[in-house]
Amino acid sequence: MPNVIEAAGLTKRYGEVTALDKLDLSVAEGTVLGLLGPNGAGKTTAVSILTTLIEPDSGTATVAGADLIRQPGEVRRRIGLSGQYAAVDEHLTGYENLDMIGRLYRMGRRPARERARELLARFDLVEAGDRPVKTYSGGMRRRLDLAGALVAAPPVLFLDEPTTGLDPRSRMDLWGIITELVAQGSTLLLTTQYLDEADQLADEILVIDHGRAIAQGTADEIKGMVGGERIEVTVADPSEAEKARSVLAPFATGRIESHDGRDTTLVVPITGGAPVLTQALRALDGDGIGVRDVMLRRPTLDDAFLALTGHGTDDEETNDE
Amino acid sequence: MSELLASVGDGLVIAKRNLIKVRRVPETLVFVLISPIMFVLLFAYVFGSAIDIPGSSYREFLIGGIFAQTIVFGATFTGAGLAEDMQKGIINRFRSLPMSRVAVIAGRTASDVVYNAISLTIMSITGLLVGWRINNGVPRALAAFALLLLFAYAFSWVMALVGLLVPSVEVVNNASFIVIFPLTFIANTFVPSDGLPTPLRVFAEWNPVSAVTQATRELFGNIPPGTPEPDAWPLQHPILYTLVWVVLIIAVFAPLSVRRYRRATLR
Repeated sequence: MPNVIEAAGLTKRYGEVTALDKLDLSVAEGTVLGLLGPNGAGKTTAVSILTTLIEPDSGTATVAGADLIRQPGEVRRRIGLSGQYAAVDEHLTGYENLDMIGRLYRMGRRPARERARELLARFDLVEAGDRPVKTYSGGMRRRLDLAGALVAAPPVLFLDEPTTGLDPRSRMDLWGIITELVAQGSTLLLTTQYLDEADQLADEILVIDHGRAIAQGTADEIKGMVGGERIEVTVADPSEAEKARSVLAPFATGRIESHDGRDTTLVVPITGGAPVLTQALRALDGDGIGVRDVMLRRPTLDDAFLALTGHGTDDEETNDE
Repeated sequence: MSELLASVGDGLVIAKRNLIKVRRVPETLVFVLISPIMFVLLFAYVFGSAIDIPGSSYREFLIGGIFAQTIVFGATFTGAGLAEDMQKGIINRFRSLPMSRVAVIAGRTASDVVYNAISLTIMSITGLLVGWRINNGVPRALAAFALLLLFAYAFSWVMALVGLLVPSVEVVNNASFIVIFPLTFIANTFVPSDGLPTPLRVFAEWNPVSAVTQATRELFGNIPPGTPEPDAWPLQHPILYTLVWVVLIIAVFAPLSVRRYRRATLR
């Protein structure tokens, strides 16, 4: 399959800060690339460059056959963008927003109107369609914003953190819509800091940190880089955590991590599954260590991130991307 | 040619959007329109009692100056509107669309002509109430309004650039004062410029705001017969001089604004 998005060596510096550092990426037609990373990793910078909002300091890219630097106008004609800040006018109604976007894609008066109504229906916004957007909930704004990206039915879509800040239900709604879009053949570049989101939606995941690609593969491949299962043990008495750590050490196939900065929950990489869990619990019990909670699980992308970068996804300073 | 037409179309779409917003949030308009009324009352009744214009009433003299001052102040509305847009996600939408790069700014300056027209209407009514009169016939009066709107349109390109350069709406208001105060006060707007100290007098004579004021007074017939011909060339040919500035301002500030808009990112 031909690559619809192909970028090589994209670099962008803001003064001393290198927002993107020679990033390469490619997205095959009809697939979803998930750009995964914490705040400040360079995800939004990458999307802004590929959607012509900012120019890279160096590097090249083609999007839907158009050269990013030489034919930015052509690129704009072939893409749809939905950002993390819902890019809709809150004083306009949902309908007026979509109609305006249609006119600015130069669709002509009637087609723009018809398309606006059609998208409102598709995104379950018919009733709200003639109310100003400022009366909308966060989830409705995002749906309208996504509808805005689809007005001209572009072959390539960029979704920058489409579900950041949404409640779980709205998030599931959007996931449904995105899955449907991909089923209909759209090519999609999606950024997210939610690891389950990349797992759920992306065919291929590119993990970035400090503007650099640090891993690439399918969700399963990325998980594979991190090894097997994990036992998560929460001790009843925090003061016994260190003791528990040494009791569990013989079962661990790698470093024992502690959860969310506190030491009451230990994450122990193991191989061997349930029998090993049973043995570990017996060992803890034998030493009189009380266990409040225990779990055996497959690695998540959170674990992957920790293993790949040496830090978690939430301890990054939040700087403006 | 078709690209030019399409660009004009884009600008009109944006202008329509701006006007919808004014309709939905009329408060934005109310406060901006009250200030010129206050200026008329302040100058007519407070300062007017102390300023003497030979052969004329101060209020006849004043209104032309207030008109000019109001449209220059009104340009702040353009800057504030653009600065607000630049702070919102919508600007990234516009910049990712295959629309004209000038449309967001051109649409803004276009919709603000409507705003200035409303503003001039309110000013005229207030002026008529305090004793100002149109003494030179309707065609010349219409020409005066057209010239004011044209200069207002040009000047809103200046404030458009300011709006694109500064980080927030509040800064537009502060920054614009630096431009607007000298332009509107070191002029013949509120006092005759003849009595000013030489450097200020020269500035006032060549100040385009003075020319707009002079042209407005002439066209409305607010200059009493027997008033000596002004010495400075711009004030002898105020309409021509104003038109030259209109062309000059747009020629300089339109490309600068567009260049700035292309480079701007969401703040």
